[in-house]
This record gives sequence, structure tokens and C-alpha cells, in this order.
Amino acid sequence: MKWLGALAVLALLALPAVLNSYGVTIFILIFFYAFLGQAWNVVGGYAGQLSVGHAAFVGVGGYTAAMLSIEKGLTPWLGMFVGGALAALLGAVIGYLGFRFGLRGFYFVLLTVAFAEICRIAVSNIDALGGALGLYITFTGDPRQFQFQDNRVYYYIALGLMLAATGIVALLERRRFGIYLTAIREDEGACEALGVDTLKYKLLAMILSSFLTGIGGTFYAFYLFSLQPGTMFGIPLSVEIILRPIVGGAGTLLGPLLGSFILTPLAELSRLYFGQSGLHGLHLVAYGLLLIGVVLFLPQGAYPYLRRLIAGTRA
Amino acid sequence: MTGALLEVTGLSKRFGGLQAVRDLSLRVAEREIVALIGPNGAGKTTAFALISGFLTADAGAIRFRGRSITGLAPHRVCALGMARTFQITRPFPRLSVLRNVMIGALGRHAEPREAEARARAVLDELGLAAKAERPAGGLTLAERKRLELAKALATEPVLLLLDEVMSGLNDAETERLVAEVRAINARGMAILLIEHVMRAVMSLASRIVVLNYGERIAEGRPEEVANDPRVIEAYLGDEPA
Repeated sequence: MKWLGALAVLALLALPAVLNSYGVTIFILIFFYAFLGQAWNVVGGYAGQLSVGHAAFVGVGGYTAAMLSIEKGLTPWLGMFVGGALAALLGAVIGYLGFRFGLRGFYFVLLTVAFAEICRIAVSNIDALGGALGLYITFTGDPRQFQFQDNRVYYYIALGLMLAATGIVALLERRRFGIYLTAIREDEGACEALGVDTLKYKLLAMILSSFLTGIGGTFYAFYLFSLQPGTMFGIPLSVEIILRPIVGGAGTLLGPLLGSFILTPLAELSRLYFGQSGLHGLHLVAYGLLLIGVVLFLPQGAYPYLRRLIAGTRA
Repeated sequence: MTGALLEVTGLSKRFGGLQAVRDLSLRVAEREIVALIGPNGAGKTTAFALISGFLTADAGAIRFRGRSITGLAPHRVCALGMARTFQITRPFPRLSVLRNVMIGALGRHAEPREAEARARAVLDELGLAAKAERPAGGLTLAERKRLELAKALATEPVLLLLDEVMSGLNDAETERLVAEVRAINARGMAILLIEHVMRAVMSLASRIVVLNYGERIAEGRPEEVANDPRVIEAYLGDEPA
């Protein structure tokens, strides 16, 4: 398994040499959504706290780094950590409200959606943040401003983000923190009885998850060169973030990656294909059908199924 | 009255119109086994929930190891050395049996490797070692009861609260669990148990506290309690059949 992973990483490192620019773009999106999915996986998958408002952290991270860059000239290489920290702060507030007052299931979902929507509406109405029109980043091609002439640089940054987040989660899985999270997902009361401070660990999971997601926001903003409240904070992005880990296998290390490798090309290619044939929006239908299929046939996601399949052929 | 490990005084809890526990006092000395018995609905499980911090009492005080634990969160109570089991077993169904027990052990052994070694030792002792790698959701009732005990033991408590760990077991399984509880007690752990299986209560407990309608109606050595007319009345009703 280890050498297989190393081989996959080497292949991905070499891949841009043979890809055309559209191929590079698709892989950038695969890595980026896998990264966001992995960040969400910490609190949504491992700890089982279903946040459907993670776009809020993308937005806070992206807007923070963009504002710092535009207004203060601060390099996004530093701004991304400020954005991550502010996203983590917001995550701590949402997490504390939700966990302290025992909001579970649908109620926690609603709380997270509400916060993301409040952020979106607030930013839409604050002129200093560009209001509904959003912010535009002037392209200079300056690497110090997180801007690159060559699309392949974004490819490597996105790949790095995905691998880093996966490394962090892999480490987590082996530590007490990660082991506790998997038990909290199953039965919080039983955890408390065994001495686990469930509030503390859920909060830490939320903070780590929102910090990473905030870092992703900086990448997103400086990859698109523009930030609109709807794209950065909107419910569609929140849904995109959770789809991949759920399809791939929530609470598994490779689930978000697998989910992104399945869903992202499908979304992009079907958008392109149906768009060219004048059937705009039909890609969403294809997407929906796939989701229904996953829920029906692979309720735990694709990764656990794949692992059983591999274990089966070995035995 | 010094030297009590657990000292409960004047504990009360009301749910709407139901006085679940009324002015309950009891104590457990170090290394002692005390049984809490009473008819269904007498407030035994509520009393456990109050003592272990899962419910907050309306009135009363709980002292454990010489300090007040009234109002403390369950995980803090556990960290102080009191572990409980649940009447309706609460395994982490998708985690392996070993992982289940490790959750208990990680509190005192933050390093997963040490916690695993500790958990394996507990599984060995309770005869669950062969099931260590299985998901806990697939265990039989008897195995789930042992797992419940294993998880609690892994937290290395000085006082163990057992809520009907024998119920639903056959005679052979009950006897085995009674022997195991006795062995645990022999190592110095005090035990407070709720139990309906009278054979187990009589052979284990040095003292029995009887609850009815949330109130303590009797307390004493097993043979005293068994012959107490108030206890017989609580269980059988006052009209001769």
C-alpha cells in the first residue's frame, strides 16, 4: 500500500509534462476539491458533525487574503495564514454554539448553513468588501502575489495542499485525537462515560477543519482572480465540499481523494458536454443521479467498498 | 464516617410530575461491593446517572475520594476514577472491540500504543481477546455486556458503577461474570451495582440499599434485607396473593 501511494504521487508529479492545459485545469480542480473535502473530513467525516456551511471558511479565508493583498500589499503567502486563522476563529464560534448547546443532526446542519448564509449576505452588503459585485485581483503574474503565468504552478500548489491535508489526517488517525473522533461519531454519551471531553475534541476538530478550509479559500481566490459572495460563501460551494468525501467515504483517509477523482472530472466534462449541446444545467441532473446511486449502493462511500474488493481478491 | 470512597447525601431529582429520586443517601467504602436494588422504576438508573454526572441533581451532594463532584461533567468524574456501564449497552458499533476498549484506556495512556497494550490486557482478562479485531456491532448480548465492563475497566477506576450487567445472561454466563466481578473487587476496586439477578446480588454484595419510588426503604446485609417486610412488600405488593 505504501509503495502504491508513493508511485501515485510520482505519477501525479510527472503528469503535467503530458497534459494539455485543459487537463491541467481539471487536475487542479480535482486536487483542490480533494483538499477541501479532506479538510471537511476532519469534522464531518471523522467526528461525524455534519457541517454544510464550510463555504463560510473558504469565503473568510479568501476575502481576508485578498483584502490584505489589495489594501495592504501583504503577500497572500502570509495572508493565507491570517485568513486560515480568521476562518478557524469563525469555526470555533460556530462549533462552540453548536456543541455547547448540544445541537445534533439536522440542527447542526441548519446552524452551519445559517452562518454561511449570514456571511454571504453580510459581505454582499459591505461596500468595503466589494459588495455584491465582489473583488477583482489585478493580474501581475508576480509569484510573490500568488500569481503565476504558468497554470502548472497552480497544479503543484493544489497537489501540495491535497497531500499536506492528507498527511495531517493520516497523522491524526494514529493519535489519540483522531481515535477519539471516530468514537465521538458513534456515541458521544458513551465517550463521556469513558472520560473523553467530547466538547473539547469536537471543537478542536472544527478549528482544524475550518483553518485548513480557510487556507483553501486563499488558493481559490487567487486562482480565480475574483471573489464574489455567491461563489465564495454560497450553499452550492458548501455542497460541493461535502459531496466528494461522502461519495468517496466519509471518515476514511482516502475517501475525499477518491471522491474527488470520481466527481470532479464528471462534473467538469458533463458541464462541458451538456453545455456545448445547449443543455445547460443537465450536468447537475447527471450529478444528482450519481449521488442517488452512491447512497443506494455504497452507503459508506466508494473507498470502503474498494478496500473490501481488494481484500477479497487477495484472500 | 471518614474513609468513604463515595458519599451521597440528600440526592433528589424530579422529572416533571415524577419524583424519580427522593432524598437518597448512600455510601460506598473502599474495596466494598454495594448493591442498589428495587422494583422497576424505583429510580436506580436515575441515581446512577446523577452520581456519574450524566444528570444534574435538583438537591443533594455527592462526594467522591474526599472532594465534591456535584455538577461535574461525566468525563471529569471518570477522570477522577469512577467508571460506569450502561444498562442498555453502548458499544461503538463500527469500531473494533479493541478500539472500543482503547477509548477507555486512552484517558490514562495518551500514547495509543500503550493504550492498546492496556486494552488487550483487559480483553484477555474478560475472555474477549479472540474478538479483538471484530467490529463491536456484531457481538452477542453476553459479549456486549462483557465489552461494556471491559471499556469501564480500561479507564482504571477505583469505583465501578455496574448497571444490570447480568441481565439477559444465562446461568453459566451469569456465574462467570459474577466470578469476574469478584476478581476485579479482590484487586481493590470498589463496586456499586444495580442488579435484578438476586443470586448475583446475594453472592456479591456486602451491603444492599433498597429503593422504592425514589426513596431508600431499607439498607443492610443481604440476609437482613431479604427478610425485611418493607422490601418484600415493595417487591410483591402488600395484598396477600
